[in-house]
Amino acid sequence: MMKYINEIKLQFPSKSTNEGFARVAIAAFASQLDPTVDEISDIKTAVSEAVTNCIVHAYRESLGTVYIFAGITGDGVLRVRIRDKGVGIDDIKQAMEPMYTTCRNEERAGLGFAVMQMFMDKITVRSSPGKGTTVAMEKKIQSRGTE
Amino acid sequence: MAIRIQSSEEMVTVYIIGDIDHHTAKEMREEIDATVERLKPKLLILDFKDVTFMDSSGIGLIMGRYRLMNLLDGEIRVANVSSQLKKVMRLAGLDRLAVIDNGGRS
Repeated sequence: MMKYINEIKLQFPSKSTNEGFARVAIAAFASQLDPTVDEISDIKTAVSEAVTNCIVHAYRESLGTVYIFAGITGDGVLRVRIRDKGVGIDDIKQAMEPMYTTCRNEERAGLGFAVMQMFMDKITVRSSPGKGTTVAMEKKIQSRGTE
Repeated sequence: MAIRIQSSEEMVTVYIIGDIDHHTAKEMREEIDATVERLKPKLLILDFKDVTFMDSSGIGLIMGRYRLMNLLDGEIRVANVSSQLKKVMRLAGLDRLAVIDNGGRS
């Protein structure tokens, strides 16, 4: 079990107005690691993509709950876990391919996972069709402080 | 209002203001398309100077307008894109698709 020096949990209904709230909340939590402006922007973008996936895909036909856990470790790593109890993903590998989308006519670019991979150090996706999906991401924050 | 639209005879410039995500993109897209379909400009410029945040929904927004301008035999240009935004655009191959005009910013 990973030891965190601080952690938070959030949960909210899968309404698109909450996309902005979620990324700003996680960015605010991460700010205690003294991240750069670029790092904050990376975190916000990755969280926004994961939460949007819950809203657009997992709970496509319904309103469900999005669960977020965020923790920081003593060596300055931010971990974020975003979980839903939605439809799940049949083929994770295909879902993660850049430009692959099941919502072409809604102008989804199919870049959600590619963006998460690009802006975070590590991302793991676990999913069971019919049960839900968990996206776990982590990023080491290079502290700006002089040591 | 999340966008401001300026139009002259053959050109429409859209200044996007604030955050672009899945929630805000829908309204922006409807408003831009209504103007473009009414005026049928030769050139559409999307200006990102006042964009405070953008995820891949912004890419969808650009790609969709690119297609629309193609249908109208027009051109699209993207202006004042930050380095963060550029990273996401490159991922989508949009650095080839639309002309990225730096507008004096690096």
